[in-house]
Amino acid sequence: MSSVSFSEVKHEFVRSKTGIAGIGILVVLVSISIGTAIIFPAETFQQWNNPQSWLSYPKTAMPLWVNLFMFEKIPEHKILDEPNVKIQTVGEISVVSHQFNVNYEYDDFPSDFIYEFTAKYSGAPLLQMSVVRPDGNILKILSVSLPNTSEMVLHNEKIFSTDGTIRKNLSLKSSLFDFTIVDSSAQDIIFSKFSEQSVLKGNYAFLINLYGVEKENSFVDSTLIIGGKAFGIMGTDELRRDLAVGLLWGTPLALFIGIAVAVGSVVMGLIYGVYAGYKGKFTDESMMRFNDVIYALPALPFLIILAVTISNSIFVMIGFLMIFGWVGIAKVSRSMALQIKIKGYVEASKMMGQKDSKIIFKHIIPQLLPYAFASIAISVPAAITTEAGLSFLGLGDPSFPTWGQILHDANTYGAAARGLWWWIVPPGIMIAITGLAFVFMGNALDVIVNPKLKR
Amino acid sequence: MGLKKYLAIRGITMFGVLMATLLLTVILVGSNMDVILKQGVTFQVRSEITEDPSISQSFSDPAEFEAFIQDQIDQRNKALGLDSPWYSPQRVGLTMYKILILDFGHATFLTSDAGSSNVKDILAEKLPRTILLFTTATIIIAVIGIFLGALSASKVGSAIDRITSTFAVISSSFPVWWVGMLMIFLFAFMYQIFPARATPSIPSDDPGYIIALLYHMTLPVITIVLIGFGAWAYLVRNFMIGIMQEDFISAKKIMGINQRKIIYGHAIKNAAPPIITVLALSLSGSLGGAIITEAVFDWPGMGRLYFEAITVMDLPVIIGATYVLTVFFLLSILVADLLYGYFDPRVKTGN
Repeated sequence: MSSVSFSEVKHEFVRSKTGIAGIGILVVLVSISIGTAIIFPAETFQQWNNPQSWLSYPKTAMPLWVNLFMFEKIPEHKILDEPNVKIQTVGEISVVSHQFNVNYEYDDFPSDFIYEFTAKYSGAPLLQMSVVRPDGNILKILSVSLPNTSEMVLHNEKIFSTDGTIRKNLSLKSSLFDFTIVDSSAQDIIFSKFSEQSVLKGNYAFLINLYGVEKENSFVDSTLIIGGKAFGIMGTDELRRDLAVGLLWGTPLALFIGIAVAVGSVVMGLIYGVYAGYKGKFTDESMMRFNDVIYALPALPFLIILAVTISNSIFVMIGFLMIFGWVGIAKVSRSMALQIKIKGYVEASKMMGQKDSKIIFKHIIPQLLPYAFASIAISVPAAITTEAGLSFLGLGDPSFPTWGQILHDANTYGAAARGLWWWIVPPGIMIAITGLAFVFMGNALDVIVNPKLKR
Repeated sequence: MGLKKYLAIRGITMFGVLMATLLLTVILVGSNMDVILKQGVTFQVRSEITEDPSISQSFSDPAEFEAFIQDQIDQRNKALGLDSPWYSPQRVGLTMYKILILDFGHATFLTSDAGSSNVKDILAEKLPRTILLFTTATIIIAVIGIFLGALSASKVGSAIDRITSTFAVISSSFPVWWVGMLMIFLFAFMYQIFPARATPSIPSDDPGYIIALLYHMTLPVITIVLIGFGAWAYLVRNFMIGIMQEDFISAKKIMGINQRKIIYGHAIKNAAPPIITVLALSLSGSLGGAIITEAVFDWPGMGRLYFEAITVMDLPVIIGATYVLTVFFLLSILVADLLYGYFDPRVKTGN
């Protein structure tokens, strides 16, 4: 191998189209990672496997942009938490009213609606809920009094569209509708035309009033959720998780795993191989036999056993992946070291009494660096796919949302056979794109380092 | 170096690797294995004693009876050698000897389709299916790959060459199992042509079983081929290009022999050794990859068995399957080496 200087490598790399493409993709991925780390606090990915934190999200909702291509618009899932607040006092009675405006322009009924509130009150205030429809009709759907208390308390409650009182109140309005509404659910009635059972499009207003005698009564928290079948940029999965969060957090994780494993195994292999080649004789022979043993271990079965018996922590996993990654590099760098060690300057420094470690690190390894960088780039995709594969089998670290784990969950819930494409396609494409970035860079470097491939 | 000496050295190295692999596996799962074995003995002794009411009647004090049972358990443990810790040399040696003579014992949870819990029976049932699936796929891949590779090598820089190279790079970036999920989505959900699960639902002694198995095999085979042939074609192309630069090919060109005859008659013959080596290696490599691929398609082979054994921690099956996988892997490395030597005489005589 002819040694190539760094400026030469840089010069040739900049001229290689695939190399630039690889760098370009990598830059995008790194910016996504940095952006994610800034926009989403680290707690979001720690909450990934906590079902409590995803309760207000819809189940297996499509991405929002699907509506752009659909003739019949799919209802979007809406989480409204910024109502218009009005506080009035009429004589003794004070009224706190929250108004949620919903612009409903979809061709299907919402799947449900939930009103969640935390009220601060004393006494037994009355909670009234009514809907102002686009046609001007007002449907009073609920009127309940909150539990009586003599002191100021915080009261948290969820009102579901399946609530019996809502249904009863709506059935009183059956004369307004030209069809029987007995079997219809609350949301199907509220959002329907009077003449036929189809969606009445337009602006709805959900009005929630809290009547009480205390002036201090208020809503601390008030959220209206209109359940739909489309949500977010990437949709949601069976466990109501926003896939965009998982996909974004998967990027820095994949880059970290891939680069850590690649750098680790290349450094290990390089030092091991160079040392064996430089020492020669018995050391070389025995080190290379050990290398053969590791080479002959079936990697995946062993990784699985290691993950199951020792630990599936992501950091331990990176270590295991390194164990199987350095073998090939050690072989190549040994043969390169064999060629370099007979060169004049190495012999000279040996005669001058330089220490072995100094010769290896000062004179031999720097010569192999371009090759090492090419190997790092080439080993990254394999590390990423192997980790993804292990996660896919359910052996990944459950505290980090990697792409492989998203696909594992997708497979567990039968996403492919149920047609939930938005759960399957994006993680795989992300894995492939990340891999491609490094393959491009690696190929470009490889051509420079091994001039034989040039053609 | 003579062939015999070469073979002997290779054989010894391989045996050493096999032993090292086994030792590693035994060390990794040993402590769990120990617990399971002891539980088995306790259960067995207890059921034997309680089955015979005359024994329990002969004891008046329950504590005395318990002590008697414990004593029996200890005796049995001692007889089986379970009293020494699992990492004692005798225990490890015995375990490895048993594995070596293919005595894997009985599975803790899993059974073969025929109902046997003997690990040997289970493996004998699953292995042929994995070989069937992956050998079929690898052969198809190799045929397409060699043809496409030779074609692109003969027209370097042409559209077909560039498409092959691009496809090779892109296709090998996707994980096979992910493409498998997509294929199930496309051909089992969108267009219901193939079944989503690759396990035939009819019993294995049914005469139509083979046909059902082949039908269920189609989707996995298509997936593996789709992902694999690009890289193969690219590899063959590069081998061929290397050979096309050799002097004897140039000489043939000058002699006026037509391109097609040179490529398919002379060049491919010289590209054979590396191609066959890669073929042997990829056959064994596919066995390791089978674990994930079979999990996606639910193909009832070694890979899925391995995965199931891991999920329920069925240690005898894990050890048996690891052993078989390692043996296959080592054999294919050896075969690849021997074939290389056979086709390339330089390896046989020189170093």
